[in-house]
Amino acid sequence: MKHYKGLVRRAVAAVGVAAALAVPTLGSAADDTIKIGYIDPLSGPFANVGDAGLKHFKYLAERINADGGILGKDVEIIGYDNKSSAQESLQILREAADEGVQYITQGNGSHVGGALVDGVEKHNRRNPDNRMVFLNYAAVDPALTGEKCSFWHFRFDANSAMKLQAITDYMAEQDDIKKVFLINMDYSHGQAISRIAKEMLKEKRPDIEIVGDVLHPVGKVKDFSPYISQIQSSGADTVISGNWGNDLSLLVKAGAQGGLDVDWYTYYAGGLGTPTALGKAGAEHVKMLTEWQENLVEEYEAPELREILEEFEQRYEGIEFYYLRIKTQMDMLQQAMEKAGSTDPLAVARALEGMTMETPFGTVTMREQDHQLLQPLFISTFSEDYPKYDSEGSGLGWVMNAKLDAASTAVDSVCEMKRPSS
Amino acid sequence: MLESIVFSVLNGLLYGMLLFMLASGLTLIFGMMGVLNFAHASFYMLGAYCAYTISSYTNFWVALILAPLFVGFLGALTERFGLRNVHKHGHVAELLLTFGLVYVIDELVVLIWGQIPVNYAIPPSLDFTLFTLFGTSFPAYRAFILFVAVAMFVAIYLLLVRTRVGMIIRAALSHPEMVGALGHDVPRIFTLVFAFGTGLAGLAGVMAGNYYITEPGMAFSMGPIVFVVVVFGGLGSLGGALAASLIIGLVTTFAVSLNYSVADLLAAVGLGLDGENIAGGLAHIDLSRIGQMLPYLMMVLILIFRPRGLMGARES
Repeated sequence: MKHYKGLVRRAVAAVGVAAALAVPTLGSAADDTIKIGYIDPLSGPFANVGDAGLKHFKYLAERINADGGILGKDVEIIGYDNKSSAQESLQILREAADEGVQYITQGNGSHVGGALVDGVEKHNRRNPDNRMVFLNYAAVDPALTGEKCSFWHFRFDANSAMKLQAITDYMAEQDDIKKVFLINMDYSHGQAISRIAKEMLKEKRPDIEIVGDVLHPVGKVKDFSPYISQIQSSGADTVISGNWGNDLSLLVKAGAQGGLDVDWYTYYAGGLGTPTALGKAGAEHVKMLTEWQENLVEEYEAPELREILEEFEQRYEGIEFYYLRIKTQMDMLQQAMEKAGSTDPLAVARALEGMTMETPFGTVTMREQDHQLLQPLFISTFSEDYPKYDSEGSGLGWVMNAKLDAASTAVDSVCEMKRPSS
Repeated sequence: MLESIVFSVLNGLLYGMLLFMLASGLTLIFGMMGVLNFAHASFYMLGAYCAYTISSYTNFWVALILAPLFVGFLGALTERFGLRNVHKHGHVAELLLTFGLVYVIDELVVLIWGQIPVNYAIPPSLDFTLFTLFGTSFPAYRAFILFVAVAMFVAIYLLLVRTRVGMIIRAALSHPEMVGALGHDVPRIFTLVFAFGTGLAGLAGVMAGNYYITEPGMAFSMGPIVFVVVVFGGLGSLGGALAASLIIGLVTTFAVSLNYSVADLLAAVGLGLDGENIAGGLAHIDLSRIGQMLPYLMMVLILIFRPRGLMGARES
């Protein structure tokens, strides 16, 4: 028993020390920084995705700071681990507000994005002196800029409906597509794809047959071979999937192992470990729709992006520059703050509305009606025969197939924005 | 329909055998030592990562031998310098130690190999199609996994039942004092058993790491389901673990490939249900969407109706 007490005491002491080390020293960050709270999974099955996003933000913030910051203030990125949970994220939101964070950003999971839109709305109503702006870099459920739209939410990624519009526009021109299979993750994002893809294909190519439409649990399936058998027996020649992270890698990998001969139209095959996991399994068969892939700098004049992609890769071994939209987001935030001459959330949000910006690939616009960014999108194929940059040292790279102009990707929104009067 | 059944059986068997490779070590350790090793899936992850590193310097076959040995060695160290010391404080302390180990190993893996998946590939000599059935190919590597898993089961069984070592191990489980009095070093037997169990987890990692993906979340995603297998099969029962693995593998696979909902079944017998009310809505959920939940449901049911599991020896 004596031993046991000793053990407990030592354990308590150890926990105390650990806690002291883990809690960041409060008040150490000066008030003259612009704090951006990054709320995404930093542990669990999607930790790799969340970690890579955080590195993008930190890297881009450093670049801004090296250039003198925004309005003379440094940008500080604070990472919070939400473990992919909406509940956890709302708690973090309160915590961040207490720490003086006025800008939050999140991307992984529209279920979390939706909770944060609500959370920020409520917070701003209750605390008109301490408002927050939500910059969404990747949660693509159309509802967030549709029926659920909020004045405090800005989305810098094309939403799912826009991506599907672009994908189906491209598919409509591919005459060899006859049978399409939909497989998606079972939450708002995947459900939206399943619904919208069917509508759009029916309209653009009524001759295409939808031979399957499956939703699977998020992050829980280890072995996708039963799904592959299903796709195989459906006779599909094309699969559309909005899967991301390991749910995409495992799916395509299982497909290659099962000898499945289809074209994959995806959103997220381009980075964050997925190319590594795909390897040769994905060659010539995996396509993606994105606002960016490395070999675009070979097609367009973009010296700054070339520098970023090379520097980023050198700096973070194994991770490549994947989110051009995070750069767009940071650049537009900077412009909006400079235009407003202040970092006050309301003034900045007003400045962001309707803002346009030139990028190497064309003009981007933050649509006033629903706070959805319109930007050029590209369809690319994963190939052994790529222009210059391979993806994650896999020996395969992305080849651009088509560019879709910002205007052509626009999809009407049902958003009726309620704007604060003061 | 036939092809769907054939492939579901094959896929289910394979998934089941992979689960078994992982569960056998866990159930052995529990059966022999009474230690519920929370970190078991972490050793599985270590096996995959070690195999990746070893095979990048040599080849897969060397990794297949060395990685499990290395993981087993780590397991031995864990038992010798961790578990043995807290053993006198009872099972809770042991449980907490392995629980803490999960986080330590998770963080170590991220520190050493990073957050991004590593490129641990199937060896070229096994990367071909074994046979093609109904237009779907069956990769040779899957057959190899099945082969290794079956060989493993037979080897463990023979070791425990037919050899002198196995006899002493089983005796040390039930009558440690007697075995000690006969001159056997019981603590060393425990170390060996723990090393053997974690080595098996390492072997499972070597086999599954390249078939699936080797990434830091793999322990987290495999951990719960392995516990389900062991509880369902009966804690400590090797045969139970095998049966439970196969049942769970087949159930999850068939749930996906059947893709019917309760409503479809009711409709088939002439009872139409609309999706308007709650009961109707629930009945309209496809089986494939809840397939991954079924093993957990099965575990809850078996705990209610047969707490010792399928083939477990003891009630608690």
